Amino acid sequence: MPIATVEPSTTAQEAVGTSSRLTKILGFACLAGLAVLFLLAFVLTDPDERVDEATNIVTGQFDAVRLLYVHFPVAIVTYTAFLLNAVGSIMVLWKKSTWWDITAAASAEVGVLFCGLTLVTGSIWGRPIWNTWWEWGDVRLMTTTILFLIFVGYLAYRRTMTDSQVRAKRSAVVGLVGAINIPIVYKSVEWWENRTLHQQSTLADLAVEDLTLFAMIFGMVVFLGVYAWLLIHRFRIGWLEHQAETTGLEQAIAERRAQAPDAIRNAVTQARSSEPETGVHQ
Amino acid sequence: MTHIGYLIAGWGISLGAIGLYAVSLIRRGKVLAARVPAENRRWITSK
Amino acid sequence: MREIWALTRKDLLIEARSKVVATQVLPFAMVILILFGLALDADRSSLRSFTPGLFWVATLFAGILAIQRSVSVETQSSAFEALRLSGAPGWKLFAGKALAVALQLLAIEFVLALGVVVLYRSNFADPVLVVTAALAATIAIASAGSLYGVLAVGMGVRDTILPMLLLPVLTPVLVAATRAFDDGLGTTAVNGWSWCGLLGLFAVVYGAIGAVAYAVVIEDA
Repeated sequence: MPIATVEPSTTAQEAVGTSSRLTKILGFACLAGLAVLFLLAFVLTDPDERVDEATNIVTGQFDAVRLLYVHFPVAIVTYTAFLLNAVGSIMVLWKKSTWWDITAAASAEVGVLFCGLTLVTGSIWGRPIWNTWWEWGDVRLMTTTILFLIFVGYLAYRRTMTDSQVRAKRSAVVGLVGAINIPIVYKSVEWWENRTLHQQSTLADLAVEDLTLFAMIFGMVVFLGVYAWLLIHRFRIGWLEHQAETTGLEQAIAERRAQAPDAIRNAVTQARSSEPETGVHQ
Repeated sequence: MTHIGYLIAGWGISLGAIGLYAVSLIRRGKVLAARVPAENRRWITSK
Repeated sequence: MREIWALTRKDLLIEARSKVVATQVLPFAMVILILFGLALDADRSSLRSFTPGLFWVATLFAGILAIQRSVSVETQSSAFEALRLSGAPGWKLFAGKALAVALQLLAIEFVLALGVVVLYRSNFADPVLVVTAALAATIAIASAGSLYGVLAVGMGVRDTILPMLLLPVLTPVLVAATRAFDDGLGTTAVNGWSWCGLLGLFAVVYGAIGAVAYAVVIEDA
């Protein structure tokens, strides 16, 4: 697989890790964004309270809605990450590209983290709202859980193979088939349980004032930035691992070649010393 | 603020897990970069 | 067609001689039924309502073993090499292997069906639905399983990864087959035939994916 290289944006001496000017800027932007998100989520927005005019009873999610400002963005990142993995898998099978293989693997790893967080934050949100940590009938919960399992399996599978080309091809098949499966899983669980708790409390039900919606979207942007930062670092790690593999291999071959003249000389000497002294060859 | 425990748990676990993962990535990156001395070029184009 | 049947027949002959599925996998499936009965410690009526789910979980677990057996038959004698060199297109190889797995699975399901009648006192309210659903589900399981089975062998790959790869992907089959059986066994009032339709869709999708991808994945088996 031919690999073309381009010069990095910083000089070789500065590169002591996977950081670069881009990631530093992005990182600070994300931290600033998270601070603003925090402000939006906890100070500037109101809790979800709805007053029933007839009975004057106050209902709603109250402050638990503030969990959605992390749950919703994290879920969006999950789907983005696995979508990128699917695209990468297609490119690996189509173009046999190492770059896409490393990208797909990096995106899957970050995706599994965010998928786990989606499940955890969703479960924590669900406890006060639905009065349960886990609801079997909920479509999105079931689908996200299975998505999580599929990609945990994908990562485990990648670890079992050492040949990078075989690994790229086979894990691309696993990733792609897994991704294709998700809409089917979604549909089948949706049929399974027509009413889902997700529908009982959705964005539409919230007293959605502009600031709430803005906070959700802002949160999505910030966390996509966090995802990009993590992805870039994880990609560079994968790339370095690939370099280490191929460098190690090249070195080993070079060393063997360097040994060759000595090895031949030794073999000839040995053959001569064990020859009979007749000097006659038939 | 109501549900404060859940809020701390949800936000705390999320930001904590992401932070730990970020730190581990940086560390892995440093270790690997040390092992690949001459080839510290970070990008490869797709081919 | 003849090539497909030749491959299927070969696998079935190997099974007829070695009797691995009959003596190991089938009893394993029955053991699962009995274990569930004991563990759930339930009376007959609640066991009957669990029957569809238990039946299909037992089938899935037994199916994993049958698939592993189907693949190891090839790897034991480096037969994948021979299959590749035979010149037959990937989809025919896939069809041959998957068909063999499907037929063995159907035999296991038949015995399991007898088992649930005896152990869980099920009765077949709608046998046509039950058989159709079982056929569709079996094709789906055999297709997905044959593809993933090959992915789980090769250099350095442990075959313990197979359940972890295959079972999450087969959850819609489990859900749909269980619901179809719920209707077919008369335990719950659902529209079993629409679930059967979903099973059919799954069978087609996985059959197609397997046929297309098989040639790619046996390259390194």
